[in-house]
Amino acid sequence: MADTPKPDELAKIDHTPPVFRGWMDTQPEIRPGIACYGSKSKDLKYVDMPNPRDWSPFDDDWKLPENWEETIHEGFKDRLGRFRSFKLFMDICVRCGACADKCHFFIGSGDPKNMPVMRAELLRSIYRKKFTVGGKLLGRLAGARELTEDALKELWYYLYQCTECRRCSLFCPYGIDMAEITIMGRELTNLVGLNIDWIAAPVANCYRTGNHLGIQPHAYKDMLDFFTDEIEDITGLRMEQDLNRKGAEILFITPSGDVFADPGTFTCMGYMMLFHYLKSLGLDITWSTYASEGGNFGYFTSHEMAKRLNAKMYAEAKRLGVKWILGGECGHMWRVLNQYMDTFNGPADFLEEPVSPITGTRFENAKTTKMTHIIEFTADLIKNNKLKLDPSRNDNLKVTFHDSCNPARGMGILEEPRYVIKNVCNNFYEMPPSTIREQTFCCGSGAGLNAGENMELRMRGGLPRANAVKFVHEKHDVNMLACICAIDRAVLPNLMEYWVPEVDVTGVHEMVANALVFEGEKKRTTDLRGEPLPGMEDEEDV
Amino acid sequence: MRKGLDTTRAVVETSLKNILSDKRSSIIKKWRDVIVDTYPSETQRFFRKEKDLFANPVGNIISKDVETLYDELIKDDDDDKITLCLENIIKVRSIQDFKPSQAIGFVLQLKKLVREMLESKAPINGLSGELQAFENRIDDIALLAFDIYSQCRQKIYEIRVNEVKNQLGSLLKRANLTFEIPEQEPEL
Repeated sequence: MADTPKPDELAKIDHTPPVFRGWMDTQPEIRPGIACYGSKSKDLKYVDMPNPRDWSPFDDDWKLPENWEETIHEGFKDRLGRFRSFKLFMDICVRCGACADKCHFFIGSGDPKNMPVMRAELLRSIYRKKFTVGGKLLGRLAGARELTEDALKELWYYLYQCTECRRCSLFCPYGIDMAEITIMGRELTNLVGLNIDWIAAPVANCYRTGNHLGIQPHAYKDMLDFFTDEIEDITGLRMEQDLNRKGAEILFITPSGDVFADPGTFTCMGYMMLFHYLKSLGLDITWSTYASEGGNFGYFTSHEMAKRLNAKMYAEAKRLGVKWILGGECGHMWRVLNQYMDTFNGPADFLEEPVSPITGTRFENAKTTKMTHIIEFTADLIKNNKLKLDPSRNDNLKVTFHDSCNPARGMGILEEPRYVIKNVCNNFYEMPPSTIREQTFCCGSGAGLNAGENMELRMRGGLPRANAVKFVHEKHDVNMLACICAIDRAVLPNLMEYWVPEVDVTGVHEMVANALVFEGEKKRTTDLRGEPLPGMEDEEDV
Repeated sequence: MRKGLDTTRAVVETSLKNILSDKRSSIIKKWRDVIVDTYPSETQRFFRKEKDLFANPVGNIISKDVETLYDELIKDDDDDKITLCLENIIKVRSIQDFKPSQAIGFVLQLKKLVREMLESKAPINGLSGELQAFENRIDDIALLAFDIYSQCRQKIYEIRVNEVKNQLGSLLKRANLTFEIPEQEPEL
């Protein structure tokens, strides 16, 4: 779990306040390449979100509803009353500057409004004007400003340049959770119909079909069948999976990115192979075409939307009558279920505390949610010597590990992925300490910002992460970046292509499956990607 | 990347070279400032102050690569290193809030810095031939910077296009909604 910073570490924080002169008079240019496209009317309508219409942030007219100021003020007031943390975070910041240079977007862009303190100030200034005596009386002198259309546009622009990664919060002496400020700010923009297409469309798809891409059950099954064929080609073994099977002991839920996007698909094949391996040892597990998405873009819209989309996990567990839920390698999915699911849609009193059927290990940390992360599950299997592994099959890889923000900072899953990686491959190198574990740098594309039209923003945001990867690539010849998050698997290959093209990206369970030795398998000559295994370059099957 | 900057290459003569070597640290500092000054004032302070490579990659890249770039420029013998330094700096600036001219303008600013330094130190007249050669060399580097900037921008668009193609193409293929002509027609 996460360590509390030591006094000498805290003492190193530079408390010199950043100087902001005249920021209220500097209106940003909303730039293509940085801003995402606006949400579409059809998607907002489908989930009853306010002000559905087609709009573009690059137009002057954002087609706001007539009473938009009132709507935002009312929404602000409502949230200040409902969320004590939000009220606290609006009031207690002393602008010490400890967070200012910790944001990957600020570090990569050099835009001071990407300093977390400044991004929050965009919202706080509006709060002060409307809700504090000082702000009402003294205005700008007290850092307060009116909610104008320009102020709203600026706020929107920067709220969607935050990936809610919480690195800045780690350094805040008050523990202000900047992600929560962004979450609240985005809720407010959603009250007047200002979401982005890349969030609104997956939300609508997820609500209708169960996953972000709107993949229907038969296509989901087709994909798993396709992977079964692929795995058979590689291993000679047919590893069929169960779908929607009532009475199974465990329900498996993973992000749809694993099923439909490379290189996540190889991670998906990794899960399938692990489950097949464990079948004879007593694993009784099913996949679901209904709970076919672990990710939750509702979380980037509003708490209510997050709750609506999350509900399917417990609903499906109940319908199938399973005992507990196992979850795939994902990022924000885990923050939602670790921090919110229990109060959103719990108590899951129809489920049991997860116990590994193979090792008997009780996952006490999942006592209330009844859902366990697959990396913990696999680490436990390895610790109990339940897997026959040949790490030399991954000898062509020199691996480093990117701690995904949510599992690392949000949950404290720090040791388990490293333990698994070190058992399935022989060459592992850490990036510098200030860029991993709790201090990990974000991929730059989380919280719904993995759209395509904002590629420049993504390259900026990912610069600090890529810089650390480049360092280990140059020092240790690292050629593979491992992670346990589906968004990471989708976006890091692009980030690497721009900054460190020699490095590829993998999920941890892809490497597990490569190393896993099956009884009765044919001679393995290729890895899951169809590339020759080390020493097998001249084999005929390759 | 483009190799060979020898279109207008002329060896920078010893006397100017000596002056540029003597004034190395002062010119490098000013050249760094030219780049850092293109950022807002709050950012400038951070870029200058934070020395940790991982906490401040942009500031460190500017600092390190400007120095190497200057040294290689004076030595006049390693185009690969010059290209690499320019790539490191321009890769960053091509994704930040700069117009193309602002992103690579720092290269040409070196001419101004050198002239200012010479005016305060030595009569320019005696060095005019060498200075002309040196400035031509800077012009070449500026053109190279333009190439690199274009490549960076092109790379961003390539990445974007490939992302869309990979998402849609592989989906359609796997859902058996497309038929591709096989490499070899099956025998009937």
